[in-house]
Amino acid sequence: MLQSLEALIADFEAGKLAALARAVSIVENHRNGYDELMTRLHAKIGRARRLGITGPPGAGKSTVTNLIVQSLRREGLRVGVVAVDPTSPFTGGALLGDRVRMESVALDPGVYIRSMATRGSLGGLSARTAEVADVLDAFGFDRIIIETVGVGQTELDIARTADTTVVVLVPESGDSIQTLKAGVMEIADIFVVNKGDRPGADRLRSDIELMLGLRRGATGNVPAHHGVQLTGLNEKGVGPKSANPMHLARKAAWMDNPEEWTPPVLGTTASKGEGIDILLEAVGRHFRYLEVSGSLKGRRRRRLRNQVTEVVSERVRSRLWEDAETNAWLEAQLDRLELGSVTPFAVADELLRRSGPLLTGVGA
Amino acid sequence: MTTAEMLELDRLREEVAQWRARFDASKKRDGYFANSGDAVHPVYTALDSAGDGAALELPGEFPFTRGIHATGYRGKLWTMRQFAGFGTAPETNARYKYLLSHGQTGLSVAFDFPTLMGYDSDHPRSEGEVGKCGVAISSLADMETLFDGIPLDKVSTSMTINGPAVILFAFYVAAAEKQGVDTKQLRGTIQNDILKEYMAQHAWVYPIEPALRLIVDNFEWSAEHIPLWNTISISGYHIREAGATAAQELAFTLADGFTYVERGIARGLDVDDFAPRLSFFWDIHNDFFEEIAKLRAARRIWARHLKDRFGAKDPRSLIMRFHSQTAGVTLTAQQPMNNVVRVAYQAMAAVLGGTQSLHTNSMDETLALPTEQAVQVALRTQQVLAYETGVPSVADPLGGSYYVEALTDKLEREAETLFEQIAEVGGVVRGLETGWLQRKIAESSSRQQWEIEQHRRTIVGVNEFVTEEGELTIPLLKVSAAAEQEQRARMATMRASRDAMLVESRLETLRNASRTDTNLMPYILDCARAYCTLYEIRAAMETVFGAYREPVFF
Amino acid sequence: MRPIRVLVAKPGLDGHDRGAKVVAAALRDAGMEVIYTGLHQTPEMIATAAVQEDVDVVGLSILSGAHMTLIPRVLDLLRDDGREDILVTGGGIIPREDMDALEARGTGRLFGPGTPTSELVAYIRAWFDARESQIA
Repeated sequence: MLQSLEALIADFEAGKLAALARAVSIVENHRNGYDELMTRLHAKIGRARRLGITGPPGAGKSTVTNLIVQSLRREGLRVGVVAVDPTSPFTGGALLGDRVRMESVALDPGVYIRSMATRGSLGGLSARTAEVADVLDAFGFDRIIIETVGVGQTELDIARTADTTVVVLVPESGDSIQTLKAGVMEIADIFVVNKGDRPGADRLRSDIELMLGLRRGATGNVPAHHGVQLTGLNEKGVGPKSANPMHLARKAAWMDNPEEWTPPVLGTTASKGEGIDILLEAVGRHFRYLEVSGSLKGRRRRRLRNQVTEVVSERVRSRLWEDAETNAWLEAQLDRLELGSVTPFAVADELLRRSGPLLTGVGA
Repeated sequence: MTTAEMLELDRLREEVAQWRARFDASKKRDGYFANSGDAVHPVYTALDSAGDGAALELPGEFPFTRGIHATGYRGKLWTMRQFAGFGTAPETNARYKYLLSHGQTGLSVAFDFPTLMGYDSDHPRSEGEVGKCGVAISSLADMETLFDGIPLDKVSTSMTINGPAVILFAFYVAAAEKQGVDTKQLRGTIQNDILKEYMAQHAWVYPIEPALRLIVDNFEWSAEHIPLWNTISISGYHIREAGATAAQELAFTLADGFTYVERGIARGLDVDDFAPRLSFFWDIHNDFFEEIAKLRAARRIWARHLKDRFGAKDPRSLIMRFHSQTAGVTLTAQQPMNNVVRVAYQAMAAVLGGTQSLHTNSMDETLALPTEQAVQVALRTQQVLAYETGVPSVADPLGGSYYVEALTDKLEREAETLFEQIAEVGGVVRGLETGWLQRKIAESSSRQQWEIEQHRRTIVGVNEFVTEEGELTIPLLKVSAAAEQEQRARMATMRASRDAMLVESRLETLRNASRTDTNLMPYILDCARAYCTLYEIRAAMETVFGAYREPVFF
Repeated sequence: MRPIRVLVAKPGLDGHDRGAKVVAAALRDAGMEVIYTGLHQTPEMIATAAVQEDVDVVGLSILSGAHMTLIPRVLDLLRDDGREDILVTGGGIIPREDMDALEARGTGRLFGPGTPTSELVAYIRAWFDARESQIA
C-alpha cells in the first residue's frame, strides 16, 4: 500500500530496493513528494561516476553494458543502470527490451536496472534521466550507467549528463562515418566498434580515426586508409608501437595540449566478451583525466545548470500551456492573426507580458 | 508452340475472359484471400498453371511432386502416430499400450519441459513442471520403464527432443540393449532440429556451433550403428506455429535442411551416406489447398536441390519423407468440439498431400493434455479417413487440378525467392544471429493477430458465431502433483543404486572428449549405460560448450 | 496521466513466446510501457524485475502446465517485497478451475487462449483508473 513519504525515505536510507524503485518513480513522474524528495536527497548526490553508453540500434550496447556491469561487480562496485528506449510517437507506448540482455546480473543485489521510455519529450527527457541517475547516486551506487539508443538530439543531451560517454558503433548498421550526425563526434569520449568479428570492423575503426585526425588538423599527407590495430593502448590512448602517421600526429597533438582528451577508438566483440577490459581501462583513464584537468567539476556544474534550465523550460511550458485562461486568450487572437492585423511575434510578446504572475506564481 | 496450339490458347483465353465478364457482373462477395494474404481467383484453368506442358509428373518419379512412392498409400498406409506423454514413465507406458491396442502403428514420445531443456526431474528449475507437458525422463532407468513390455525392435518410435536430443537417443539405444534387441534393427526418429529451436520453439541448450556439431556427430555415428534410424526431423511445424506464413514455413525449413546437408558434407561425409535418413515434419494449417500445395512443392524443391546443388546420386537421398501434425494454433478453447472438425479437414489435407506419418490433435488440447476419450476420437479421425473415404486409393488425386498446380508453382517460386534473401543475409546461421529470420516470423505473427482482431480473419466460435453459453465443460486430464513426487523418489532410488565412481569417470571422459573433435556419441552412450542422468551428461558438455544466450527479437 | 508500466514475463522452462510477444506489442500499441523479460524466468527474477521497475502490472504467460506452482510463487515474492499492490494477471493454457483457484489466491483476472488483446488492454486500463482515482 502507499507509504507516507517519510516512511519511504526511511526505507530508502536503509537501502531497501523497493523504496529506491518507488523513489525513482516519484522523481521520473514528478509526482507528489518530488520536491521534498529531491531536496532531501540533494546533499548525497555526487559520489557516483556516471557512464553514458549510446549508439545506433543493433550496435550491441546492451551486451556491452552487461559485460561492463559484470566486470564492475567483480571489482566489488555497486552498479545502477538506466536504460532508455524510445516511446512510439504514434501510440505513446514503448517496448523496453534492454533488461532482457542483462539477465546474467538479474538477481545480483548489487545491481539495479531501471528501464525508462523517452515519452516523446517536448524537452525534459535528459533532465528526467539525470534526476533518476541522481536518485541512484544518492542511494549509494558507485557507478551509474545510462544507456540510450540512437544518436539523435535527445540522446546526445542525455549523454551530456554523464561524466564519460561511450559511443558504440557497428560496421553493418550501414552507418558510415559520413552519415553520423555531427554531435556524435563531439560527445564521444570513447569510441567502440563492436562486433569486431564482422567484416568492416577494422575499416570503421580507421575511418573514425581519420575523422578524429582531421578534426585535430593532423592531416597533411595522411594515407587514405590504414589497417588500425588499437588494442593495447598506452595511457595516452595511442598504440605503443604504432608507426601510423595519423597516430603519431595525434600523439604529438596530445603532447602539445595535455589538457585535451583524445577519444580512443576501441574494438570489442561483446558476443565473445572480448575487449571489455580495455574499454573499462579507458573509462577509468578518462575519469582520472577529468579529475586532473578539472573538467569533472566543470561537467558537473554544467549538468546542474542544464538541469535548472530544463526545469525552468518545463515549468514555463506547463504553466503557460496548461492554463485554461491563457489558452482561451490565445484562441481569441486567432481571428486577428488570420486577418493579418497582428503578427505572431506581437501576439507572443503580448502573451508573455500578461503572463508574468502566471509564470512566477506570484501575485496573480 | 504450333499454330494450332497458339490458336487453342487464344480460344481458351477468350472463353475465360467472357466467363470473367459474366462473373464480374453477378452478385457476389468480394475479397477472398488465402491465409497467406494473397488474392485467390474465383476459378483456375489450364491457363493458370505454369506447366511446361511437356513434363508429365508421376508419383515415385523425380522430382516427386506427386509423391515419393509409385505405390502411394496402396504400398504403405501412413503411420498413425499420436504424440503422447505425461507424468511419469509408468503412466506413459500405460498410455502407449492403450494406443497400440487401439490400432496406432507407431509411437511418439512427448517429453516434459525439464527433459526438453535438459534438466533432471529433481533439479530446482524443474519444480512444478515435472510431467506436466510430457513424460519425465531423467535417465536410462526411466527410458527402460517407458518401454517396458514394448519390444523396441517391433515398433518405430519418434522422440520429440531437440537441445539434449543425442542424450535421450543414447538412453533409447541403451534401453534397447537392455531388452536384448539388436540395435541395428531400431527404427524411429529423433527430432534433433536445433536450428528451428533458435528460430521458433526456443528449447535450446548449447550455442549454435556446438549444437550443430552434435547433430553431425549423430549423422555420422547412426549411419554406421543404427542404420534404419531417422537422425533428424527437420521441422516446419514450430516455425509455422510461431506465426510464419506457409511460404516462410516452406522456405525456412528447407533452408535449415540444406544447412544440415552442408554441415554433413563439410564433416567429410558423402551426401548419400546420411541424406536418406533425413526426414521432415510439417504443420497442417487451415487453408486446405495451400497446405496440399505446400507439401507437393516441398518434395519438388528438396529433390531438385539435393540433386543439382549437392550432387546426391542415391534416389533415397532425393525423396522427402515427412511426418505431419495438424496445426495446434488453429484450435480454440471456445466450443472445443469444433476442433474435431478442424482436425478432420486438416488430416485430409495431410493425406492428400502425401504424408508418411500423421498426428491428429485432440479437441481439448487448448485446455490441457488430452484425455483418453479425446485422443481416441483423434485417432479415429485418421482411421475413418484411411478406411472409409477412399481418399488413399489414388496417389496425389489432386494432381492436375488447375488450382493446386498453380499454388504448388507459386509456393515453389516464393520459397526460391526466400532462399535468395537468406543467402543475402549470409545463410541460416547468420540469419539466426542477426535475428533476420526471427523478425520475419514475428512480423507475420503480428499481422495475423491484427487480422483476427480486425475481423478480417474469421475464427468460428471466437470472433464469429460466438455463443454466450457457459464454456462447454468436457472432462480434462489432470496430471497429478504426485507425479513429481513419485519421479523424485524414483530418481533417489536410482542415484543410490548406481556405481557412483563409474558415473564420475564416464562424465569426466565425456568432458575431455568434448574438448576435441572426436565424435561424442560413443562417450554419451557410455554415460547413459552407467546411469548418468540427463542433467549430468548435459552439464559435462556444457562446461566445454557454454550455454546459449537468448537474443530477443520482436 | 502517466503511462501504465507492465512487466511481461515468461516464467518456467516453456519457450513458446508468440503469445507473450503479441501481448507485449498490443500493450505498447495501447500506450503502455512494456518491459519484456525474455524466456525462462524464475519467479525470483520476475519479482525482482517487477520491484526494480516499479511496474503497475505483471503479465505472466504460461503454457506449460506449471502455473499452479509458478504463479503463487510470484505472488508470494511480491508480497514479501511489500508490493502486493501490483496487479498479477496473465494467461495461457490454464483450465477454468485453476484460474478460479489462482484468482482466489490473489491474482487479477486470468485470460484463456483466443482472448482478444483489446479485452486485456481494457481490463488493465479499468483496473488502473480505479486505483488512481482511489489514490487521488
